[in-house]
Amino acid sequence: MGRIIDATGIQFRMLNTRKGPAVQAPRAQADKQGYRLRMKSVVENQPGLMVQQGTVRKLLIRDRKIFGVETDLGYRYGGDAVIVTTGTFLKGLIHVGLSRFPGGRAGEPPAVELSDNLRSLGFIIGRLKTGTPPRLHGASIDFKDLVLQKGDPDPHPFSFSTKTIQREQVPCHITYTTPRTHEIITKNLDRSPLYSGRIRGVGPRYCPSIEDKVVRFPDKERHQVFLEPEGLDTEEIYANGISTSLPFDVQKELVQSIPGLSHARIMRPGYAVEYDYVSPLQLFPSLETKIISGLYHAGQINGTSGYEEAAAQGLIAGINAVQAIQGRSPLVLDRSEAYIGVLVDDLVTRGTEEPYRMFTSRAEYRLLLRHDNADLRLREKGYRIGLVSEEEYEAFQEKKERIGRELGRLRKTFVFPIADVNEVLEAEQSAPLRNKTSLFHLIKRPELDYAKLAPLDPTRPKLNRGIRSICEIEAKYDGFIQRQTAQVKRYREMEGIRIPEGIDYGMIQGLSREVVEKLERIRPASIGQAGRISGVTPAAISILLIFLKNRRSRIG
Amino acid sequence: MTANLSDQDTICSISTPPGQGGIGIVRVSGSQALSLARKVFVDGSGRRLKSGRGYTIRYGKIIDPETRAVVDEVLLTVMRAPKTYTREDVVEINCHSGVVIVRRIMELMVSLGARPAEPGEFTKRAFLNGRIDLAQAEAVMSLIAAKSDTALRIAMQQLGGELSLRMKGLKEKLLHLLAEVEVSIDFSEEDCHPIGSAILEKRVREILDDLGGLIETGRQGKFIEEGLVTAIIGKTNVGKSSLLNRLLMEDRAIVTPFPGTTRDVIESTVNIEGIPFRFLDTAGFRYSEDPVEKEGIRRSRNSIEKADLVLMLFDLSSRPNEEDRKIARLARGKEVVLIFNKKDLVDDEKREKEFYNELIEEIRPKATVSTCLLHENGVVKLKSVLSGLVFQGGSGFNESVVVTRTRHLHALEEARKALNRVMQHSQEGMSEEFLSLDLREALDAVGRITGETVSEDILNEIFRSFCIGK
Repeated sequence: MGRIIDATGIQFRMLNTRKGPAVQAPRAQADKQGYRLRMKSVVENQPGLMVQQGTVRKLLIRDRKIFGVETDLGYRYGGDAVIVTTGTFLKGLIHVGLSRFPGGRAGEPPAVELSDNLRSLGFIIGRLKTGTPPRLHGASIDFKDLVLQKGDPDPHPFSFSTKTIQREQVPCHITYTTPRTHEIITKNLDRSPLYSGRIRGVGPRYCPSIEDKVVRFPDKERHQVFLEPEGLDTEEIYANGISTSLPFDVQKELVQSIPGLSHARIMRPGYAVEYDYVSPLQLFPSLETKIISGLYHAGQINGTSGYEEAAAQGLIAGINAVQAIQGRSPLVLDRSEAYIGVLVDDLVTRGTEEPYRMFTSRAEYRLLLRHDNADLRLREKGYRIGLVSEEEYEAFQEKKERIGRELGRLRKTFVFPIADVNEVLEAEQSAPLRNKTSLFHLIKRPELDYAKLAPLDPTRPKLNRGIRSICEIEAKYDGFIQRQTAQVKRYREMEGIRIPEGIDYGMIQGLSREVVEKLERIRPASIGQAGRISGVTPAAISILLIFLKNRRSRIG
Repeated sequence: MTANLSDQDTICSISTPPGQGGIGIVRVSGSQALSLARKVFVDGSGRRLKSGRGYTIRYGKIIDPETRAVVDEVLLTVMRAPKTYTREDVVEINCHSGVVIVRRIMELMVSLGARPAEPGEFTKRAFLNGRIDLAQAEAVMSLIAAKSDTALRIAMQQLGGELSLRMKGLKEKLLHLLAEVEVSIDFSEEDCHPIGSAILEKRVREILDDLGGLIETGRQGKFIEEGLVTAIIGKTNVGKSSLLNRLLMEDRAIVTPFPGTTRDVIESTVNIEGIPFRFLDTAGFRYSEDPVEKEGIRRSRNSIEKADLVLMLFDLSSRPNEEDRKIARLARGKEVVLIFNKKDLVDDEKREKEFYNELIEEIRPKATVSTCLLHENGVVKLKSVLSGLVFQGGSGFNESVVVTRTRHLHALEEARKALNRVMQHSQEGMSEEFLSLDLREALDAVGRITGETVSEDILNEIFRSFCIGK
């Protein structure tokens, strides 16, 4: 996916460049058709993969184990593992104003029978809602007076394997809603399916419709609208920021009340879609369902919002389906290893009541989960399960070794409090040295960085940007990284105390009924996970620890 | 709450019931127990603890490693793992009883890295390390459950109305600040203005003030920790030193029948029903040209200034005069207990009333006690009046007050340390995610008192306060 967005992205920007490395994040706008077609071709050309299309109406189950699926044509596909990724299609219902019609996406029919089939198997079904903004015709927009937002001049690729971004970059534009826009919305709220009570699914608070924003934040005078090209071969513009389910005529009026859009033509109206999801508390951290062996759920069916969250789960479910078939233990990333670990753990431990989206603030060990060290965190694991080629792995090993060597060198290379050195420091407005100091230590000064120390470090080897930057980060934020590493150690100790499957929590003396009920439902895999279940108190954890200890000593 | 679950820390607690008693015991268990003891203990001949051989008792002193001040004379018992109650290294410090000393030692251990033990934690470790069997542990289990599940509730009750409100306010302020910091990280593309470092530092300073106040407040808590500073004032020769002696039951202050003997301020601590009263015996007030006496009077004024409570003595054997009024005026705005002495010389209710009416224009006394200090008459009553003032009719300390308070103070101190780091890093120009790390730590610490988890709260606060989303 990283490689394909690198090949088809039309605008790359690094977010939060004014902040530290842990919260900087690369972002790309996709050429939506370009991305889709490229990915389709990759998938079609993947050896060992057979691509078939159809609408599944039923899962084939024997003795609580899946053996295939049946389509609406009555055709059966067999398989030892099945991954269900329904997007917004499960009983999808589209709303535009007070009109509504079944659909998973505009123009595409929903999956109705599968939802009922899942319910009948014992899955707990909930209802969520999401929305899209109208798509405008680019030629009808007056971009002249709008704020231009360009991509980065030196775009940062998503994949470690991509050397440079080749594709042409296009700008976005920013405009704002006006008091008139808000007036139009307020006046027409009685025709909004959200405010007339027609939509019952829960929408995401982080991505509200424009009518939601106007109602909930009446003091805010204007709201931002990003005008984003949908691709290089289309005139369509995605009006990001005014997601709406108001009637088409109101959409037209509100769009035209926005500067730059007074003559804008809507090619496709915005809409809201309600859809079914299955409680993620019914999943193991492998994303296999607890009640049907071999059945995996990934993406919006687990209550997450789109894109990255779905991709992350698809990857994990796919890996673990294969691991299971090959008789190997599942790959579970923990909260200190990857955002994927945070995502999956949140879902299977705490569940979700609104479309779940990843935020860096959800990750306790955020300073360790950086894009610059993604390969250092995960490539080893990828290699072990066969997802990383020998060639890539060797390159990775070499990179790792270089980083280790350079960090060692920085620690062992000292500069001394002599005039030459202090002159260099003075030029950088940095205090003169009083004692001999390692380069590693010197980089920590806020006003200094790796590059600025070059004059004091004549024996420095030639290294590429990635390695230089990771060494700089490791040295500069050493104190913070050490603090987080200590936190991770404590966290791992608790994760390491496993709770055997099949424990009867009702038999444990001293646990309250509420706690027993939660533990029975979620069946945590470790003491650490149990402690993150809302309502499970530290006292309950003490009791669990005592119980486990006793159980072990009885067995042992 | 992850950190709370860890069994790897070294824990400590006060193992004796609070209040009066012969000795107090602070017990420390865990891998650091011995090295902590080495930092604070010197034996009778001034040597550090070296070998730490098991099953030995040593006489010596506990010393604050930072100030070098002697905290108390103690007996130190060293028990080496695995033959101990918890099967870990255990050190027990037998010190003098009295809330201040025991707490000071406990806090010293905490400041050096031990953690206040959870209720039942020594026993829990004993079980987990295989020292006691399940039947024994199960008895403790219900204890653990009962204690910790109700501990927070009890603690909040004990903290009292105003304090618990302030705790809540503190948490809300922290949460809001954290939301402001986080919103600029996760939603940097949004149209909300990031909080500038000047505003952030101002807010942190406000919270630090709150926190400082909170740490200092809690009348009982403060008195337990520092003692209640009590100034004894009155005309010369009215019996101030006799009063102190009666309270001390020892001859610390010099008591003579000549006016102006006590020229210095003498401080003595008396434990009354578990509350340490720090009595300041002041020079008598007599306007004099003698420079030594003048200096004594100046110091007395200072004593009144810093006192939490003023005991004001009057001599019933003479009529109230202008000097008595002047003395009363000095203690304006202070909490005052009136003591009418030399009752034996005038058995006359009228004289008391005369005094009372004369003084009431200047002060509003909390209580009045009539005594004859020469005969120890009324001292018992005075003591009960004094302790009653602190407990406000309550029945004294029970164990959980002290246990929960120690943990609360610890948590509040951690919050303060974390916020000081936020200030420092903000001044160094560090970006939001680093500030967030310590803001979270502060919030986590506060959450340990209020019993709430915070991670979901942050997002809720962001979505409540900011219009987020494209």
